[in-house]
Amino acid sequence: MSPATEASATRVDDAPLVIGGRRFTSRLLVGTGKYADNEIMLEAIRASGSGCVTVAVRRVDLDRSHTESILHHLDPEEFFLLPNTAGCYTVEDAIRYARLGRASGFTDFVKLEVIGDQETLLPDPEGTLEAARVLVAEGFKVMAYTNDDLITALRLEDAGCAAVMPLASPIGSGLGVVNRWAIRQIKRRLEVPVIVDAGLGTASDVCVAMEEGVDGVLLNTAIAHADDPVRMARAMRCAVEAGRDAFLAGRMPARGGAAPSSPTHGMLD
Amino acid sequence: MSDAIQIHLNGRDREVATDLSVRDLILSLDLHPDLIVVERNRGILRREMYDDVPVEPGDVIELVHFVGGG
Repeated sequence: MSPATEASATRVDDAPLVIGGRRFTSRLLVGTGKYADNEIMLEAIRASGSGCVTVAVRRVDLDRSHTESILHHLDPEEFFLLPNTAGCYTVEDAIRYARLGRASGFTDFVKLEVIGDQETLLPDPEGTLEAARVLVAEGFKVMAYTNDDLITALRLEDAGCAAVMPLASPIGSGLGVVNRWAIRQIKRRLEVPVIVDAGLGTASDVCVAMEEGVDGVLLNTAIAHADDPVRMARAMRCAVEAGRDAFLAGRMPARGGAAPSSPTHGMLD
Repeated sequence: MSDAIQIHLNGRDREVATDLSVRDLILSLDLHPDLIVVERNRGILRREMYDDVPVEPGDVIELVHFVGGG
């Protein structure tokens, strides 16, 4: 192998994503909500190449009129199950749900969400920090969903979170990365992995996030509510890889104007 | 002498037989003990305790499991 080939082969390599000592097989994490049915969900998750799926903790429906346990469909041997505290608006509730998720016996990880507003579903930074401190002290590996705010992100890192997960835009909105600069600052300043979570709508949104150098993305609605979820899952898998490679490759500087790609000399008279 | 007690189960009042253990309750509801988590009077019960913990009148019990979510 020539030195040049070796060098380019090396550049394609990438260190694996490691959060809280756990190695993730993909930089794409996916949710399991909102799918039309469980078969499509499973097929889409497999097409996404993700090894980590989020799940919610809810009451068992004793009338059996809806939702059975997702464990009937997802094999914990095949996927790392990441319980969330979605739907929690108080510190107490988030801690309660996190403990219930851990008691399932699968993991000490939790995707912490403390929501501050019903309309926008934006995170409550104060509540998230408070809950994170309690859960970290209880030995949880906390992956904290948060705003795209650097100061909150830094405080969550100081609180001992295993990963910080700023939103691209509101949950389920599909608006993409609304503040690219903010995501860049968070990634630049934090040492723990940064996962962009929520609001990504399509493959180009995922590329934008990954091109900022973040360690991964977490998606749900973008796949589940696509007309063809399985195909979108595959697109997202490619987008994560493309965005990551583009980041590692180092993009050309953007210019204010044109620069010809073909020689300007040697033109015919 | 009554052979039923009143508990609050998953947000609803419910009459269940006396002398049930938590495991009996779970099985009587046709649920798999390994797929759910039990919270009794705001405390989480470890699975090893299901046999030993009785269901008592007035207990507030939540049976939860994992569902799809993002």
